[in-house]
Amino acid sequence: MRAYKPKDDVQKKPYYTDRFWVAPQVPKYDVETDEVFAKDLAALKEKFEILEAYIQVEQMVVYINPEDNFEVIKFFKEELSYDQLSELSAIDWLAKRGEFEIFYQLLSMNKRKRVRVKMYIKEDQAIESVEKLFRSADWSEREMYDMFGVKVNNHPFMKRILMPYDWQGFPLRKSYPLQGDEFAQWYEVDKIYGKEARDIIGPELRDTARIDRYDSERFARLGHEVPRGAEVKDDDPINPQEYQEEGGVFLIKKLKKESSVVIDDPQR
Amino acid sequence: MAQQPNRLRPFFENISYEREDNELVVNFGPQHPSAHGQLRLMLHLQQEQIVKAHPDIGYLHRGMEKMAENMIYNEFMPTTDRMDYIASSSNNYGFALAVEKLIGLEVPRRAKVIRMMILEINRLMSHLFWLATTALDIGAMTIFLYAFREREYLMDIMEGYCGARLTHAAIRIGGVPLDIQPDFLEQLRTFLGKLPQNIKDYEDLLDENRIWRMRMEGVGYISKEMALSWGCTGPMLRASGVAWDIRKEEPYELYDEVEFRVPWSDKGDNFARYRIYMEEMRESAKILYQCIDMYEKCVRDGETELMAHAPKYISAPKLDIMTQNYSLMQHFVLVTQGMRPPVGEVYVPTESPKGELGYYINSQGGPYPYRLKLRAPSFWHTGILTDLLPGHYIPDVVSIIGTTNIVFGEVDR
Repeated sequence: MRAYKPKDDVQKKPYYTDRFWVAPQVPKYDVETDEVFAKDLAALKEKFEILEAYIQVEQMVVYINPEDNFEVIKFFKEELSYDQLSELSAIDWLAKRGEFEIFYQLLSMNKRKRVRVKMYIKEDQAIESVEKLFRSADWSEREMYDMFGVKVNNHPFMKRILMPYDWQGFPLRKSYPLQGDEFAQWYEVDKIYGKEARDIIGPELRDTARIDRYDSERFARLGHEVPRGAEVKDDDPINPQEYQEEGGVFLIKKLKKESSVVIDDPQR
Repeated sequence: MAQQPNRLRPFFENISYEREDNELVVNFGPQHPSAHGQLRLMLHLQQEQIVKAHPDIGYLHRGMEKMAENMIYNEFMPTTDRMDYIASSSNNYGFALAVEKLIGLEVPRRAKVIRMMILEINRLMSHLFWLATTALDIGAMTIFLYAFREREYLMDIMEGYCGARLTHAAIRIGGVPLDIQPDFLEQLRTFLGKLPQNIKDYEDLLDENRIWRMRMEGVGYISKEMALSWGCTGPMLRASGVAWDIRKEEPYELYDEVEFRVPWSDKGDNFARYRIYMEEMRESAKILYQCIDMYEKCVRDGETELMAHAPKYISAPKLDIMTQNYSLMQHFVLVTQGMRPPVGEVYVPTESPKGELGYYINSQGGPYPYRLKLRAPSFWHTGILTDLLPGHYIPDVVSIIGTTNIVFGEVDR
């Protein structure tokens, strides 16, 4: 029987992991260890419910309720002077806990601090757009939708950004194979020629190192061609390319054989 | 009104002409020499003026984040080259630094100095390339030839170091793979000796050039609020009145030991950005001179380490691998299975020539990153065109795209 492979996570898996191996942790520090962050967090706690907060690699990480996201980011921007939204994206935890993790990476220039605001949402749960606060969220949220299928409410132009508009599936989900699903593999053929052309055109050649020895359209195999579509056998002769000089240069019309000399010894 | 191709009216597939409101929609790209890559801009025009711009990207999308999730950490390093391929080492460096922070590695000093030299050489290469192509777009062909000549010297230096001219992969997680070649410092000094005069030559050609100033001054104005809101970084932000340079404000490597200025301007237009690029080249040269001194001091002090010593994550030096059994075993495991950083996440910003290049890595303790987000500056510098282009005229599009310095390997990733 074939080994069972889960469908919800088709990412590459390590082929060997020691039985007793325990992964170490990147240390998390209490927010109180940093004055600036402690003050920010205290101000935040007065207004919102904070699920978890710690400092990891010099940046504060704050977990909030997904319903608060707009208000929290607004609070960060207007009250705590975090003036840039550097990054915004999602992490796929659907296989493990059926949720997406959304993170907002914020930067305060006068405090020289960076904060990551995080939250968990269910697969079909929509979040509020923060595009009204930071214009950079316009494209980030589009990218997040494009890659993960996370829905964003009140976004001015919620279309795919990197993939084509008519794409199906969300490429950065763990359930999406690296080589693409069936839709992805036949996308161009289906779109340009229609589904019925799949058999005629055939699948895309993905092995870039593949050399088709008997394909007459390849310049790399000169001398080994057979006509296209011909049956190929193992004992096919090599057809070396013939040069016209071997049979004499036919452009010399007035050659007098009796007065010309044939040089047998090229070292002469 | 939809067009019908017939004999009486010519059919242009990329122009739709709306007679009712006199608005013309022009597709700028995706194949356009001054788009600096695969950028499709849908421009709604009233006469010559743009009323609405809609940048469409994704023509160079290779799914690097997905690829990263299916690769061991060291394997991903050459892939990062293909982001900002004009200054590829800065991408390598950002990734290496992020993984080092995740692991908690300290890189040897000599490697740090070499990395800084490589980074600044890349910054110079990128800025020279920017100057060349932008000037070419505006019509100043001479600058293109001069700037490419200087960039060629730098590429030769990089080729001497790592064998590649464009996609260097010259930095490893934990240090650098090689020491600099014997004539590296000599070549660099020769280049830096000529650079001030070269920059002055460019400025002589451009600064008081009537055409250049007309195309640049007052065009493409980005206010401070707009730049911050759109997540602009690097020269785009500094030209809009925010003197924010990550090398200065959140120093990494040895940037807190070198002396340099952060050029900034509050003009916010194309010309301000041009001036900042020129000044940054001078500052890079200054940093490079200091790096040369630091490197020579490292040599005098006998600091020879180039890679961090962390047997769990980093292979031992080649000599150890070939002579010691344990190092060989370690190396075998690290190459076949890959290193397994601790469970945790990290976001590391670095100042690449284009702006803030950030790597967000979420590790679940496996040999592949669970999630890797590439925060490329050009992505938002392209997005800002939506708000920046309306009100400008068609010829300004070219100069604005030029000064935003977008590279599509980075936008689409």
